[in-house]
Amino acid sequence: MGAEGIGARVARKEDKRFITGKGRYTDDMVVPGMKHAMFVRSPHAHAKINGIDKSAALAMPGVIDVLDGKQLTEDQIGSLICGWMIHSKDGSPMNMGNWRPLAEDAVRYVGDAVAIVVADTKAQAREAAEAVSVDYEELPAVTDSMAALADGAPQIHPNAPGNQIYDWEIGDSGEVDAALASAAHVTELNVVNNRLIPNAMEPRAALGHYNAAEDHYTCWTTSQNPHVARLVMSAFYNVAPENKLRVIAPDVGGGFGSKIYIYPEEIVCLWASKRTNVPVKWVADRTESFLSDAHGRDHVSNIKLAFDSDNRITAMKVDTVANLGAYMSLFSSSVPTYLYATLLSGQYNIANIHANIRTAYTNTAPVDAYRGAGRPEASFLVERAMETAARELGVNPAELRRKNFITEFPHQTPVIMTYDGGDYGASLDAAMKAADYDGFAARKAQSAASGKLRGIGMACYIEACGIAPSQAVGSLGAGVGLWESAEVRVNAVGTIEVLTGSHSHGQGHETTFAQLVAERLGVGIDTVNIVHGDTDKVQMGMGTYGSRSGAVGMSAISVALDRVQAKAKKIAAHLLEADEADIVIEGGELKVAGTDKTLPWFQMALAAYTAHNLPEGMEPGLKESAFFDPSNFSFPAGCHICEVEVDPDTGVTEITQFVAADDFGTIINPMIVDGQVHGGVTQGIGQALLEGCVYDPGSGQLLTASYMDYTMPRADDLPSFTVETTKTESPSNPLGLKGCGEAGAIGSPPAVINAITDAIGNNDLAMPATPQTVWSAMKA
Amino acid sequence: MANISMTVNGSEVSGDAEDRTLLVEFLRNDLGLTGTHVGCDTSQCGACVVHVDGEAVKSCTMLAAQAAGSEITTIEGLAGGGDLHPVQKAFHENHGLQCGFCTPGMIMAATDMVRRHGASLDEATVRTELEGNICRCTGYHNIVKSILAAASEMGGAQQAAE
Repeated sequence: MGAEGIGARVARKEDKRFITGKGRYTDDMVVPGMKHAMFVRSPHAHAKINGIDKSAALAMPGVIDVLDGKQLTEDQIGSLICGWMIHSKDGSPMNMGNWRPLAEDAVRYVGDAVAIVVADTKAQAREAAEAVSVDYEELPAVTDSMAALADGAPQIHPNAPGNQIYDWEIGDSGEVDAALASAAHVTELNVVNNRLIPNAMEPRAALGHYNAAEDHYTCWTTSQNPHVARLVMSAFYNVAPENKLRVIAPDVGGGFGSKIYIYPEEIVCLWASKRTNVPVKWVADRTESFLSDAHGRDHVSNIKLAFDSDNRITAMKVDTVANLGAYMSLFSSSVPTYLYATLLSGQYNIANIHANIRTAYTNTAPVDAYRGAGRPEASFLVERAMETAARELGVNPAELRRKNFITEFPHQTPVIMTYDGGDYGASLDAAMKAADYDGFAARKAQSAASGKLRGIGMACYIEACGIAPSQAVGSLGAGVGLWESAEVRVNAVGTIEVLTGSHSHGQGHETTFAQLVAERLGVGIDTVNIVHGDTDKVQMGMGTYGSRSGAVGMSAISVALDRVQAKAKKIAAHLLEADEADIVIEGGELKVAGTDKTLPWFQMALAAYTAHNLPEGMEPGLKESAFFDPSNFSFPAGCHICEVEVDPDTGVTEITQFVAADDFGTIINPMIVDGQVHGGVTQGIGQALLEGCVYDPGSGQLLTASYMDYTMPRADDLPSFTVETTKTESPSNPLGLKGCGEAGAIGSPPAVINAITDAIGNNDLAMPATPQTVWSAMKA
Repeated sequence: MANISMTVNGSEVSGDAEDRTLLVEFLRNDLGLTGTHVGCDTSQCGACVVHVDGEAVKSCTMLAAQAAGSEITTIEGLAGGGDLHPVQKAFHENHGLQCGFCTPGMIMAATDMVRRHGASLDEATVRTELEGNICRCTGYHNIVKSILAAASEMGGAQQAAE
């Protein structure tokens, strides 16, 4: 490892613009003639639209136009799609309800967009939006998934009888039922995985600019995957063909999944720009974000875990109902199926697993992937069940887990996944050591002496990252390939541009990707620029989600670098009159091994472009690209341990220590990886202790629609964290990377709840475990 | 509509603003100082913190007209013509930021915190006083570390000067 290569703790290249106020987010963009938009949104959870009167709004100062769903339909703008087909167990395709970018006949959740107002200023647009009169005929609403599937529930989409989207299963129910019947012990648990609102700090925004002279559209938007946005808006929404549409995702202030999807607003801003012939900018205010960003989680599950007399798991049976909201968001169908049920084996050797998943429409915001996407739900269920089983069986929870760990790889689980490698015992040991697990009894006694209840809990999670290979996900219903692309351009002076389809919105790609180049070409990271987020610059890309930018995105760069190196060596060998096989690249030079003959990197690059003296038949220039499709998912895994102290008088929980020991395979920059763990763990602690999305079940109003009602984790809710890493390299990509972006949010919620239930002696505890909830559980 | 004048990052500025124009809107839209961000509209998140006459203020809770005649410092002017203010440097060195959206407000709030507490600033105080600034990326771990590092450097420098 060089000073800036793989494994170096390098401070981030991108920091300077952010710490000096020079970041460029979508709301910072100004285009000449730009106007401002406000959406008219439904105040009702479910209603028929009998008419829209825009006359008062149109007469207001500064208003350029008010556009509605009828006009959108006239212009043949398409409906929003879900890009992953799931078939029910009876073979029928999922029931996809019609999601118009602007609702025309009916609204199905509070916040559903009905019209767009374009005006000179945002304040004028806001005032005019309030003057748009929509004639709503209110209909009964349902917000809870179980209630939505019950007989007599309000019908949300005409083509989804009983509000069911699909009824899907995985695994062999006969084998599982037989194992349950003959088990020495069965642990059964009912678990709710609470609904969350992602809350990236930058609200969603879009700036649509139609250039009539060139019949060309540009969209600046808060996207984790601008190329996917362009593809979907072209192929499905009929906004413009791909060659007439440029999508730019500039600096993006956090995503956590919520900025993967293509929402109505960017489609409507582009369309409205053509209709009004002015650039149209929309920026969500925070309440709009709460109402209309895709939410996360919202599962209701039952799990049965069968053990033999030696405490080995023989089978698992899971029944889950997932709430997908009013419409099917882009990847929503895959989250409770292939991103959830396929991870139910956890770190354990389980011969038989069966899971049945039903999904429901409700009159709530669409639900889709949020940091972890299905894996936190699986991990929470499995790790709560393991902890419960240990308590019921009267055995040490660490030892029960260890006894059931998978130790030989590759390991085929009964739920599709083939785990390619790992050492679960190593991360368990590392976490227990860092947490001084053995010293817990003494600390508990100390807490008891001061009237406090101390508890400890662990979670041994596994997840799957870098969703791949494309052929495999295609066979499971994915509408897109899940590779990544890269292009490495060596300029004539030897500096380097890397164009990547991955998108950085906090992950630090401009540094870590440059570190890979530094490692391979022996140049400083300051001579490397990472270019991303613009469909006019980068050839194609699938974007950043599922912790895939390392395992898939950097692997594509690695393959392109192989090709650059190969050509550079040919040029150097020719100029140095040496054998190509003897050329090594290091320290900014190409050297002939075992001699003092060298060629500076920049001279080789210049030679490639002057083309005065290249090997016979070689094309000038030095630029290589690659599309990388991994051979398998990668499988980060680890152990999180949480220790809490609960005040029995108030139910207030204090996290006294939190240890994460994770196996992420190869680590490019430990400082950045630690930061990803801190952030993920905090979102998981947020889910466990603080955050909960609440809809009023009668009216369907979102009761947690501001930071005064939805509890975001703040600095004084949290301890400093202890982060350890163990390492087994992933064999599924050339760099051995596994992915670190989501693990924190996957391992932490069960660790926290296992700790609190240990402290209070009641295993039945809902998330978020607020003081009131904990206090009530203590008194139950 | 009123014509208002103030000093922003050391320069005299003036402009016409509606009575309802917030200070953050004036800074962003009229002066083009887009480093100050709007994250919540309800004065909870702190992405819009600037210094008004030397004290940290959420610029979404103040009308532009209220700031007339004041000295305003935004993230763009914090280093005062130098390369980086010690708090900016500490955030960079300690990985105190990820997506960068909350960062300007965090740094402005932190600078005020360090000014008030100096080298005696401790972790508990930092965590308590960060109550008005929300970050979704970092889990605050490295923000706390950054602020303590800056306090130690600036406090140390202050003591050396005295």
